[in-house]
Amino acid sequence: MELTLLLLLPLATGLLGAVLGNRLVKPLAVLGGLGTLGLAVGLALNYDTALGGSQFTVDKLWVKPLGIHWALTIDGLNLALVVLTAFVYASVVVACALREQENPRLFYFHLGLGASAVLGAFLAQDLILFVLFFDLMLVPFYFLVGQWGTGDRVGATTKMVIYTLAGSLLMLAAAVATGALTASHHGQHVDFLISNLQRLPLGKGTQQWVFLCFAAAFLVKMPAVPLHGWLKDAYKSMPLPVLALFSGVLSKVAAYGFLKLALPLFPDAAASFQDLLLGIGVLSIVYGSALAFTTNDARLVVGYSSIAQLGFILIGIFSLTSDGAQGALLQMVNHGIVTVALVLIVGVLASRAKGSEDLGSMGGIAMGAPVLAVVFLIAAFANLAMPASANFVGEFLILKGVFDSVTVVAVIACLGVAMAAVYMLRAYIRAMHGPDTNGVEQRDLSLREALPILPAIALILALALSPQPLLKRSEGPATAAVIPAAKAANIDPIQTATAAQGKR
Amino acid sequence: MIAAIKAPLIDWSALAPFTSLTVGAVVVLIAGLVGSARLRSWLVPGLALVTLAVTAVELLSRWNHPKVIVSEALRVDNLTVTLGLLCVGAAAFAVILSLRSDTEEGVGRGEYHSLLLFTTIGMLILIAANDLVTIFVGLELLSIPLYVLCATELRREHSLEAGLKYLIVGSVGSATLLYGLALIYGATGSTSLPKIGVAISDTGALTDPLLLAGMALAIAGLSFKASAAPFHQWTPDVYEGAPTPVTTFMATATKAAALGILLRILVGPLLPAVDDWAPVIAVIATLSIVVGNFGALGQDSLKRMLAWSSVAQVGYLLAGLVVATSLGIGALVFYLVVYAVMTLAAFAVVIENERTSDDGERLSGFAGLGRRRPWLAGAMTVSMLSLAGLPPTGGFIGKLAIINADASGGWMWLAIVLVLGSLVSLGYYLRVIATMWMTEGSAEKTPVVKQAREIVAVALLAAAVTIAAGVLPSWPLERAQDVGQTVISSR
Repeated sequence: MELTLLLLLPLATGLLGAVLGNRLVKPLAVLGGLGTLGLAVGLALNYDTALGGSQFTVDKLWVKPLGIHWALTIDGLNLALVVLTAFVYASVVVACALREQENPRLFYFHLGLGASAVLGAFLAQDLILFVLFFDLMLVPFYFLVGQWGTGDRVGATTKMVIYTLAGSLLMLAAAVATGALTASHHGQHVDFLISNLQRLPLGKGTQQWVFLCFAAAFLVKMPAVPLHGWLKDAYKSMPLPVLALFSGVLSKVAAYGFLKLALPLFPDAAASFQDLLLGIGVLSIVYGSALAFTTNDARLVVGYSSIAQLGFILIGIFSLTSDGAQGALLQMVNHGIVTVALVLIVGVLASRAKGSEDLGSMGGIAMGAPVLAVVFLIAAFANLAMPASANFVGEFLILKGVFDSVTVVAVIACLGVAMAAVYMLRAYIRAMHGPDTNGVEQRDLSLREALPILPAIALILALALSPQPLLKRSEGPATAAVIPAAKAANIDPIQTATAAQGKR
Repeated sequence: MIAAIKAPLIDWSALAPFTSLTVGAVVVLIAGLVGSARLRSWLVPGLALVTLAVTAVELLSRWNHPKVIVSEALRVDNLTVTLGLLCVGAAAFAVILSLRSDTEEGVGRGEYHSLLLFTTIGMLILIAANDLVTIFVGLELLSIPLYVLCATELRREHSLEAGLKYLIVGSVGSATLLYGLALIYGATGSTSLPKIGVAISDTGALTDPLLLAGMALAIAGLSFKASAAPFHQWTPDVYEGAPTPVTTFMATATKAAALGILLRILVGPLLPAVDDWAPVIAVIATLSIVVGNFGALGQDSLKRMLAWSSVAQVGYLLAGLVVATSLGIGALVFYLVVYAVMTLAAFAVVIENERTSDDGERLSGFAGLGRRRPWLAGAMTVSMLSLAGLPPTGGFIGKLAIINADASGGWMWLAIVLVLGSLVSLGYYLRVIATMWMTEGSAEKTPVVKQAREIVAVALLAAAVTIAAGVLPSWPLERAQDVGQTVISSR
């Protein structure tokens, strides 16, 4: 029941605001954002870590003739991601409320619908329900980009939707096929509950094409190279707070999908495509980083660095080791928080540089804006996985997992760590330091600007000090997620995991 | 002596929907002769609506009371009730949508509404047909008034052209069907559907080339009416040319009737021949999906776009028919109802936009509609999202049900075709949404005409039902599967 409430709260407040009119829309949205965050944090605090497993479970037959359940749960795998989503949504709503929006009623409605859909995707325990929310996520963002975006927004949003839905629709067919083919393969009726499907794996040949359909959907959403074609235009035209929500959590749904669905349901296929996915991950790291340090657009630095970071997460998952998967989970949370901070900072920087987001038109702000400089530096350091940051722990675990499993990949991926330092520091230095040749406005963070950014910075610091609680909760489920696939690939995730435990 | 002559037993209560419609059609025709134009303008549509409402109630009372009537010529079962209600509902909405259109200038109010009711009787007979002869009678009674209805805007060249085109192509379709029915009769020796079924399973007429040829011609003839590719060429021109309320009626009810009888024949007596006809239907479905979706791309006329899109939608529906199980038929019936509702929403918006602006039927007439009239644009958006098969709409659930049936029935490739077709369809559905919400209207047009509340209400109601079917699909899906069950068990 709590989970249904959590899921519907952003949508309900958005809808209510849209109906009740312009004056109430902002307070309602902020209330919805903070309420969602409070509810999520409350659930996280009440989650019994010692007990583990699925808690607060809701399971009702929703569409009886098709066997689709309204099944939601919180377990170690999605707990942190649900809180992350609520946190990002709250920050974004606050950031939006502090600026003026055209047509606010529909804007907040779409934003709420987007948040509800993301929460739904994280909480769903039914394959079709997951696919439904995964597809639903796209609809509000289609409008948010197309109606409130800048530049060639219609072209950008159309491109984004067509790219993403190409994958999603294939996934829809594959998901339905999974249920139907499982039934015929095992000669018994099954519904679409993930736990039930997991018990009855498909035949090897079928797994392969079904897995590829799922992978296509997730890789486009992340996005991974070479399926990232939609990213540049969409990122360029998205309003900044919307971009924070989009980049902060939507890409995580895709990575989470690999851990939650693709590996446990299609272990044989995951094992046989391990090299392909690792290759795509490494390519994303290298190519994403290269793009990030050649672009002059502050916003795109964040966007391209996301490609690289998601590449790390991808190889962590497909190392098929417990360490890799745990690192990937931790990194998803880290990246979500850091992205929110960075995207909002880009907005602040642009407001100082006469609205331009070009790094070339910035520079020399640091002297006049020490707080902004510190805040940006913390976010930048976190993003480049400076030792002592939680990102460092995440990347370390990922690299360790990959090293144990496919050493070559780890070696190349290490390059990515160095490249991250290059593009992040380059962006920081060009934006903040150097001579002020462009007549940049020397003004520090105002309270209004700081309000949505500071919680993210505080969270980055908190996680840096103690990533352990997060890791402890995710260890069991992350290991369980990779075990079937690791078995199929003849990798022993447990042994490497316990070995790592000893060293830690 | 006299006592020995027995009057034929007529089950008046089961026949009631047909008789009430017939009586109503005649009364409406006479009411059209009333002298006062003002009285006429509300009396005629009012009587038509009353007739349709009475028919709907009578149909509803037959739910779960299957009965074969009129010397086994008609079968009133759950399929008849469901699709009959759909057709009656579509006719009622057509009446509401044409309240403000100036039919007086054309054929006259009485004639217009009477023709509409006669078409509806034809549909009811066609759906309920239990005999080859009844099928043909129903089809002709459906078609001939429709030819005239297409041409009711006498002053407009396109309307006349549409009527003529529909008449010619429709006649070819009818002739093809008739020829097919004759061959089936020749192969099995009976015109009664159940007896044909018995003949096929008893005598092994399955391999009879006469039967196969008859089946192929019958499928082709009905495909004309349902506008499935490659028998769809008339669709865009006729949909564009006909008065929009009539187009709405054709796009929803005619399709339901044609698919209903196709379902009854194929899954009824011809079920033993499923291995022969299923691949044919699968090919027609694939062609419809491909041709319809690519044809709709780049259309600047909304009515033409919806015509092409309806071709594609028939493809999705036929993909459900291929799987001749209660799962597949349930999916088909559910999607058919959802399709009718979302199409109704789209056409209602088109009609309202046509009334209030000069180029209302063109895509450009929709620019900035989201700003000018958000509710109207909202209804259109829901309809487009549902037609494209995105959640949380009935269109999503309907496609899901069809894909589920295909995957369970071993037609996975057809499910993939359906999915890829939906992807292409985004190219034109999203274009409409983008035009409404994301482009500025060309200078604020002052609405010359007053907004029509009843049309907006129809659009909003249809949009709400579309969403409801996507959020709470259990009940309608179960009823649809009941229908599927009765069709299969009625063999």
